[in-house]
Amino acid sequence: MTQSVIKLSVTAEDRRVAWLATAAVGLSLVDAAIPSPLPGVKPGLANIVTLVVLARYGWGTAVWVSALRVLAGSLLLGYFLAPGFFLSLSGTTLSLLTLGAAQHLPRRWFGPVSLSILAAFAHIGGQLLLARAWLIPHDGVFLLTPVFAGAALVFGTLNGLIAAKLLAETAPAETRP
Amino acid sequence: MKVWLTLIRPGDWLVILGSSALVGASIPAFWQGGMADRAIIRQEGRIFAEVDLKARKQFAVAGPLGTTVIAVEAGRARVVADPGPRQYCVKQGWLMRPGEIAICAPNRVSVQIAGRTKVYDSISY
Repeated sequence: MTQSVIKLSVTAEDRRVAWLATAAVGLSLVDAAIPSPLPGVKPGLANIVTLVVLARYGWGTAVWVSALRVLAGSLLLGYFLAPGFFLSLSGTTLSLLTLGAAQHLPRRWFGPVSLSILAAFAHIGGQLLLARAWLIPHDGVFLLTPVFAGAALVFGTLNGLIAAKLLAETAPAETRP
Repeated sequence: MKVWLTLIRPGDWLVILGSSALVGASIPAFWQGGMADRAIIRQEGRIFAEVDLKARKQFAVAGPLGTTVIAVEAGRARVVADPGPRQYCVKQGWLMRPGEIAICAPNRVSVQIAGRTKVYDSISY
């Protein structure tokens, strides 16, 4: 019998993604623990991690961290492959695409707060579109749009401010690229 | 507080203001159907009158049992009097949300509130 050893080499980049995803998953759990008046209205604290990662390590890393967060968060909270998982996935996908486009805005004028607000709107937009197309095929879903949009504005601004504050501090030495 | 304000760049203010305006605009855009603007009075299933809920008005609708009196006011309507034996439609009181309906079945008269967009209830949907 031949002995075969499969060795996965772990790069520093992999370790960084794993740590950052862990932080994002932790914040997702905090998010889920906060009582919400309406399903879907959540602070989305994990997006703070996405914003910081985007600014420090670029869009590719942000996609990895978000994807791992959606996957691991849904496994831990027990909604993997349930409707909530796909809502989360569609919202995250659309907000990542928006961030990918918005990061090219001039940095001098548009900071993390802008990115956060745009991403929050994209997130709720993605969720509403999927909900309309699949879960509740009726235009009545859109009656909630003003509520969701208002929440996206408020929480997007707050998360953006927190991300901006974190980014204003110097990066920890070991995570610096 | 001041520390936080320095984190907002000029363009961020634009985004905040722009999206606040969008959120504000989305309220009437999505909730207009939620405002009552007409009352539809039916007799024997046919539309007897369609009234704007603006002026104060009274209607007397003749049915097989007698006359049903319907009052319309700004934003609401109700059945004031009905010859029916159980008075359900009268007891419903004022109707003010789209989709609300009072049916005086014995006298075959109904009054329904309608908004700008059609609202479904669980029966018609």
